[in-house]
Amino acid sequence: MISVLGMPLPALLSQLVLGLVNGSFYALLSLGLAVIFGMLNIINFAHGALYMMGAFSAWMLLTWFGVDYFGALLLGPLLVGALGLIIERTMLRRLYRIDHLYGLLLTFGLALIFEGLFRDQFGVSGETYEVPQALTGAVNLGFMVLPKYRVWVVVVSLTVCFLTWFVIEKTRLGSYLRAATENPKLTQAFGVNVPRMVMLTYGFGAALAGLAGVMAAPIFQVSPLMGSNLIIVVFAVVVIGGMGSISGAIFTGLGLGVIEGMAKVFYPEGSATVVFVIMAIVLILRPAGLFGRESS
Amino acid sequence: MKTKNTTQRACTVIAAAALALMSSLAQAEFSDNVVKIGVLTDMSGAYSDLAGPGAVLAANMAVEDFIAKEKPVFKIEIVSADHQDKGDIAANKAREWFDRDKVDVVTELVNSSTALAVIKVSKEKNRIALVTGAGSSRITNEDCNDVTVHWAYDTYATGNGTGKAVVKQGGKTWYFLTADYAFGQSLEKDTTAVVLANGGQVLGSVRHPFPSTDLSSYLLKAQASGAQVIGLANAGADTINAVKQASEFGITPAQKLAGLLMFITDINSLGLKATQGMYLTEGFYWDMNDETRAWSKRYFDKQKKMPTMVQAGLYSAITHYLEAVKAVNSDDTQKVMAQMKKTPINDFYAKGGKIREDGRMVHDMYLMQVKTPAESHYPWDYYTVRATIPGAEAFEPLSQSRCPLIKK
Repeated sequence: MISVLGMPLPALLSQLVLGLVNGSFYALLSLGLAVIFGMLNIINFAHGALYMMGAFSAWMLLTWFGVDYFGALLLGPLLVGALGLIIERTMLRRLYRIDHLYGLLLTFGLALIFEGLFRDQFGVSGETYEVPQALTGAVNLGFMVLPKYRVWVVVVSLTVCFLTWFVIEKTRLGSYLRAATENPKLTQAFGVNVPRMVMLTYGFGAALAGLAGVMAAPIFQVSPLMGSNLIIVVFAVVVIGGMGSISGAIFTGLGLGVIEGMAKVFYPEGSATVVFVIMAIVLILRPAGLFGRESS
Repeated sequence: MKTKNTTQRACTVIAAAALALMSSLAQAEFSDNVVKIGVLTDMSGAYSDLAGPGAVLAANMAVEDFIAKEKPVFKIEIVSADHQDKGDIAANKAREWFDRDKVDVVTELVNSSTALAVIKVSKEKNRIALVTGAGSSRITNEDCNDVTVHWAYDTYATGNGTGKAVVKQGGKTWYFLTADYAFGQSLEKDTTAVVLANGGQVLGSVRHPFPSTDLSSYLLKAQASGAQVIGLANAGADTINAVKQASEFGITPAQKLAGLLMFITDINSLGLKATQGMYLTEGFYWDMNDETRAWSKRYFDKQKKMPTMVQAGLYSAITHYLEAVKAVNSDDTQKVMAQMKKTPINDFYAKGGKIREDGRMVHDMYLMQVKTPAESHYPWDYYTVRATIPGAEAFEPLSQSRCPLIKK
């Protein structure tokens, strides 16, 4: 059997694939963060809580209203996105004129409140969400047996990431968005409703987190703590990719998922820290991140 | 004249002081007329369901019941705090409680890293520590001391019970999935010894960071090892995700999972479909007899969940402590400790329980098998008791003790 660094090749390949699955979650979450940061200049600490609420929305829709997974895939992000709109409209909007740090503090506070409410209601052990019938079973890749659902996660997440990148970088709407980021006053002078655009952007970022949550529900236990366990890594991804860079968030998310997967093979004890070691190195060598632009 | 007055006044002051001293001596030997119990637990993290707010409730129930039944002359107070699963926070809080708030006994201490940190502080400050939530067998071995009692279970007992049963069922080759901290390492070590002693074989282990959400990488390693049994030397949310993902990847039922420490709250959260047939070792099950049912129903009415062995054990520990305080009429650490060790424990939690020299509270443990959904007839009807493991067999014998207090 061929082996790489003392590891049989099939085992190595299967860990690569798992890394890619986790990377898809990182990409989807950091994409939302990057979109929000790019437009609002706010570091959205509530992102993990929104992801958690996405997963819970799937569970509630199924348990209380009998809506299946595919319904939740559509409704979950809409619900979380709507919550995002309300947060932007009623709270975040008031903070734009002052230091951005206040936005961070507000979203951090919101995250604690949301998590606390769910913990009080459901406890930390959480709820189980079954893999949808249509996606149960596994495909044999030759070197590993991969559950169909994990393949689905990679496909959906890459599609959504690509579409988001496409809309922002290649369409008219995206050009408005980028213009509003660059110079909000001037863009408004051209007749673009910038405040509405900002609100929708936050709602969209929140919806992305909600979508990631719905997709995570069948794999991970739906628990109030699931967001805070993940979010720190996602922040590191955004920093490494370059704050606000869309393609940076996507590539770094996938890449770090794979690197973390490798760490789990060769040095499992360090798998929780490898992302932060990389972050430290990147910050020293390229403070703006791998894909970020140095501000002049 | 002036001198006489001064002398008189001095006499009065001394007399008053002597009287005050005498009356307090006659009352009892209480440090500040109040027995203060500090419940230090995980209120919001991975272990807050199996201990946490439920443990605080059990502590309060113990105190209320004790006051109603014994009508003690001393006052009892409970304080509680969240140690956030961090050893340093736990040790600092315990220190603050002992120094500033005059806490007499610190208890619960789920998560072995916090327990190991706190029992050092209580030894230094000469206050009692009653450990119910933490599992590491180090608490009564390398790190044992004469002010600590380890109450509900330990990694030797749960690993031993489950390990032996699974090896006897034919699960001869093992691979461990271990939470990378004091508790997981103890559990792996203790279970390895049991597996080897019963003719099994350990093929390897992988240590994952605590807490971990995605355990599939580690599970695949375990799968590749070809072991018949994957021993889960972790707890709480980590175990839950491991069980869930093992079934997703089709690892079970081809390979068997052995939950070396699982709580009824984990089973409740995962559901019987995912856990049916699993063996686990518990120190307590609510549905054992009328006594356990009666207490657990009272608990359930307030918490809306059935108690774990940690929460029920905490009630038992606090009650035993308070009874000892009443018997010796003092909250002096050494006196109370001697009384606690002298008296057997007979309550709904333990029958004929005894605190050993090394601080281990020895009581029967139970080997449980999780029911199938068809066998479960009412809410929380989860276990079949497969065997009662007598205390002497369940816990590590003193002859193997690594505790310096044990003279061999």
